[in-house]
Amino acid sequence: MRARALRLGGTGVLAAMAAFFFLPIYVMLITGLKSFAEAHQATMWQLPSGLYFDNFAAAFRALRPNLANSLLLTIPAAMGSAVLGSMNGYVLSKWKFRGSETLFTLLLFGMFIPYQSILIPLVLFMQRINLVGGIPGLILVHIVYGLPITTLIFRNYYATVPGDLVEAARVDGGTLLSVFRHVILPLSAPAFAVVLIWQFTNIWNEFLFAIVLTRPASWPVTVALNNLAGSQIVEWNVQMAGALLAALPTLAVYVLLGRFFVRGLMAGAVKG
Amino acid sequence: MRINRDRWVAIALIAPSLIAVGIFVYGFIAWSLRVSLSDWQGLIPSYNFVGLRNYAHLIFDDRRFHIGVRNTAVFTTVFLSAAIVVGLMLALLIDRKLPAEGFFRNVFLFPMAVSFIVTGVAWRWLMNPATGGRTSGLNLLLDHAGLGFLQNSWHSTAPPWGIAFVGIPAMWQMAGFAMALFLAGLRAIPDDLREAARVDGAGERQVYRHVILPLLRPALLSAVIILGHISLKIFDLIVAMGRSTALDVPSIYMWNTTFDANNYSRGAAIGIMMLVSVAVLVVPYLIYARRQEAEL
Repeated sequence: MRARALRLGGTGVLAAMAAFFFLPIYVMLITGLKSFAEAHQATMWQLPSGLYFDNFAAAFRALRPNLANSLLLTIPAAMGSAVLGSMNGYVLSKWKFRGSETLFTLLLFGMFIPYQSILIPLVLFMQRINLVGGIPGLILVHIVYGLPITTLIFRNYYATVPGDLVEAARVDGGTLLSVFRHVILPLSAPAFAVVLIWQFTNIWNEFLFAIVLTRPASWPVTVALNNLAGSQIVEWNVQMAGALLAALPTLAVYVLLGRFFVRGLMAGAVKG
Repeated sequence: MRINRDRWVAIALIAPSLIAVGIFVYGFIAWSLRVSLSDWQGLIPSYNFVGLRNYAHLIFDDRRFHIGVRNTAVFTTVFLSAAIVVGLMLALLIDRKLPAEGFFRNVFLFPMAVSFIVTGVAWRWLMNPATGGRTSGLNLLLDHAGLGFLQNSWHSTAPPWGIAFVGIPAMWQMAGFAMALFLAGLRAIPDDLREAARVDGAGERQVYRHVILPLLRPALLSAVIILGHISLKIFDLIVAMGRSTALDVPSIYMWNTTFDANNYSRGAAIGIMMLVSVAVLVVPYLIYARRQEAEL
């Protein structure tokens, strides 16, 4: 009897917390679906009288080029950092050399630094190599600063591949590269899924590098949304719809492929 | 012979990444340090060495920097404790195999997939401080729920407590991460251990206090380090919540100093001080974690 009451109480608490977690999404959604006329802050919590897409349409018109920029940025940057991360992870797990553990730790530190501590040199350097303003420069920066986490995930994944498998291939005359291509890469799909989804989400959501390194025409959606939200002309209801639009791609990836995302999340805690 | 060649291939494979990180992380930190020790104030670079003058100014004379540090301390305290308490509570409940545990776990983690900018824009409207006929957001919801006495100005509250309310959206975004860490810790505790404690006559509460919670210490450490360093770096969320000076933190001050006021040397000094604060937290943890792994 008491155990049952406890279980009910526990579920009640979880349900209440879930409601709290849905609160912002709920407001963004119902606000987005109201007509301009009924989107008043005083009736913020009331359901729309029907389905209107005025707010989403207005937000989409404002953010469309930036959503496209975000895609053009995120996909190549995620792929680039994944490919390099897999090579690094392979060497640092299966071909350790003297000092490789220290190098790995030094590499890992790169994912914790506050980027304010490298921002000035980064801008000066990118100016000097003429990669400021557009998307290619931002891709490069995201690849480089993504290397610690992608290397970490691949290294920990490859550490679970039995060493005997690599040894056997080498006894059969396999070289480092042929073992990578014929033994390791075919086993790598789950790790690539984790890394690509993790990087897609992170790069899509990133803000600081984007405001320093891109001009308005190349702004990804986070910068454009922040700009929209800071504007006096754009109504709050359009801002809410825009926020949901900006979140939609990563939310969709989370809903469809969440377990890979969670594995990336846990890998970030270093010990995994 | 082959082994020898493979060694060179190995180095060639990781060299591009190591060189890139060497430049973009360590080279740039050194360069920032150099700028922070210079007299560069303006659009023309100037690297005349002035020692620790920029740091001394920030530490002893700069009121805005002091407010930023105080805000970071308040924010970190509120955000860390809220995220850890909520995360632990959620993990303990989900671990009891209640109905729909998978659904709940996914719900508590989804904010991690959303950007701080989106979170900030949404919560800014939820935490609207307007009163009277213009009451909206959470204040309106509290009113509807008969909890009007809880209405307040949220992040527009007078300093230093306004920043404390930014801990709510930050907790909303990150509590799921703490939950996931604690859940992983809980799932690693063998059932035998709980059984053994029960057989020894421990009540349910004692099992938690003396067996389970102590075993969650590594998860707690990870949560404190990861969430703590995010908190020390917080930027996007506060920018999106509406950049009022009352919510100023060093990351935003660094931004204004460098790119609006063109005071590069002082901006670099703020960046380096942020780096030191994060390093104090993270470096011992990294070394500890790597050593633990080596022992396995």
